[in-house]
Amino acid sequence: MSEEILAPEFFKPLERENAAADQLRRRPLSFWQDVWIRLRRNRIATCGLYLLITLFLFALVGPFLSSHSYHETNLVLKNHPPSLRFWFGTDDLGRDLFTRTCWGARISLFVGITAALVDMAIGVLWGGVAALLGGKADQLLMRVADILYAIPYLLVVIMLMVVVGTGLFPIIIALTLTGWISMARIVRGQLLQLKELEYIQAAIALGSGKARILRKHLLPNAMGPIIIAMTFTIPTAIFTEAFLSFLGLGVQAPMASWGTMASDGLSALRYYPWRLFFPACFISVTMLAFNLLGDGLRDALDPRLRK
Amino acid sequence: MITFIGKRFCYTFLALFLIVTVTFFLMKAIPGDPFTQEKALPPEILESLYAYYKLNDPWYVQYGNYLVSILHLDLGPSFAYKARTVNEIIASSFPVSALLGLEALVLSISMGITLGALAAFKQHRWQDCSAMLLAVMGISVPSFILAAFLQYFFAIKLDLLPVARWGTFQQTILPTLALSALPTAFIARLTRSSMLEVLACDYIKTARAKGLSYFSVLLHHTLRNSLLPVVSYLGSMVANILTGSFIIEKIFGIPGLGGWFINSVANRDYTMIMGLTVFYSMLLLFSVFLVDILYGWVDPRIRVSTK
Repeated sequence: MSEEILAPEFFKPLERENAAADQLRRRPLSFWQDVWIRLRRNRIATCGLYLLITLFLFALVGPFLSSHSYHETNLVLKNHPPSLRFWFGTDDLGRDLFTRTCWGARISLFVGITAALVDMAIGVLWGGVAALLGGKADQLLMRVADILYAIPYLLVVIMLMVVVGTGLFPIIIALTLTGWISMARIVRGQLLQLKELEYIQAAIALGSGKARILRKHLLPNAMGPIIIAMTFTIPTAIFTEAFLSFLGLGVQAPMASWGTMASDGLSALRYYPWRLFFPACFISVTMLAFNLLGDGLRDALDPRLRK
Repeated sequence: MITFIGKRFCYTFLALFLIVTVTFFLMKAIPGDPFTQEKALPPEILESLYAYYKLNDPWYVQYGNYLVSILHLDLGPSFAYKARTVNEIIASSFPVSALLGLEALVLSISMGITLGALAAFKQHRWQDCSAMLLAVMGISVPSFILAAFLQYFFAIKLDLLPVARWGTFQQTILPTLALSALPTAFIARLTRSSMLEVLACDYIKTARAKGLSYFSVLLHHTLRNSLLPVVSYLGSMVANILTGSFIIEKIFGIPGLGGWFINSVANRDYTMIMGLTVFYSMLLLFSVFLVDILYGWVDPRIRVSTK
């Protein structure tokens, strides 16, 4: 029995079959590029986005298009139906409703976006501190939020407006008074989940500090739910502003707000329906656009729905 | 379960205490007092009014008295309607609001679940699309605008239903519709998404594989489990319906509590605002408390996780 020797000639390199398999055929996409592509593919959400862009343009450019100012009264031409001269008609003081609707758009969008930003700032801070400190501090912060959350929000807002007075800034303060709580909860929940993931442990093992982990890893990954919450805060804020103005607690004359215009229009509904129609349409379309965009973003940001 | 209830009760109580306190101090913070009028009252009358309403005491005595009277469910007199107490006004007008609210509650729960279940069942088909379109409209169109449009088309233009006032069933139809639109839409969306989630579960497949009919699976396996999020929404739904009724009652001229609240805001009737805020808060917190307990009872995971 001869000994078999493993000679080199027994070995022959195999031909590589799938040499091209490692090559990237498509350009690598970042998370946000992917979200953007999926959002664009959602036709309804894109509609919402275009509607919003149109609304912003309307709010910015609108007042320059019309030759009337929002407070200029003309008692001879009061309750004028929509015409070439007054595109949306006039109200009971002869003020041009188109210009007033534009100003209403400015106020509504301003209130909505400011309230959402303030909510986000407080919520991220509160939720972030609670999640990062953990333990007793977390318990305390979240219990305070729980108790504040139980307070019926609209009642507090109404009370506050009665006491503090009416105007744009009291509205924003009132809106953010309890609005930040849900944001704080979302941020805390997200951060707690993310904190346990392996890549955070890896980052800690590699020696990153707390601030770096928060800035580089935690916040960017929690951004999705934060943005979704913001897109749904804006229509709520716009609705509440309109609601308060409708009750006479919001923006005061001669400044125009969709809520006050709708409230004025309601009293003359039977004879001058256009006075309600235009502000009502704008409130509804704005809220619709934000809701559609929010729905689309929620789907686009959810990696589980990825095909 | 006992600790769960105890915990929820503590939150509710603390929140209520906070509201009562904040209400008291906000009302105290208003410059002037309820008897400050354009035409000053003679000092003797003012003096006796102060003595009658115990406004001469230091603030902590007043605060103590106020807390004690609230514990006795006594909300004090109305300053604008001198002969009546807040309790009397609530007793006379709350039943009207309660009836309207109940009608809206029943309508939105039944309509919402039906629409949501239909949409989930016929996912991506026209039934789904139209139900969700309806739902997103319901969320986007504010109740006061919907109310105005319903009034304009069904009452003024088509003359099918009464424009306003309260008493017959026909008169409750339009306000109920306007009030229930938002909660209906919310419930429909909740039901749809949670039903889709449940329908994808393995036990549904098992049930089908064992030969149960589609309808039976839907009724016994899917619907029951997918209604959990709806139960958790009930608390904020009661809040929505209650606060939504402020404006609906005003628009339709319904002699309910919401109308009184709006009037008292307009009249700056501070004791009335205070009393009604406390009453509304109690009602809301109590219903949220009940819903929480119900939720903990229906879904054991909740009471375990919050222990």
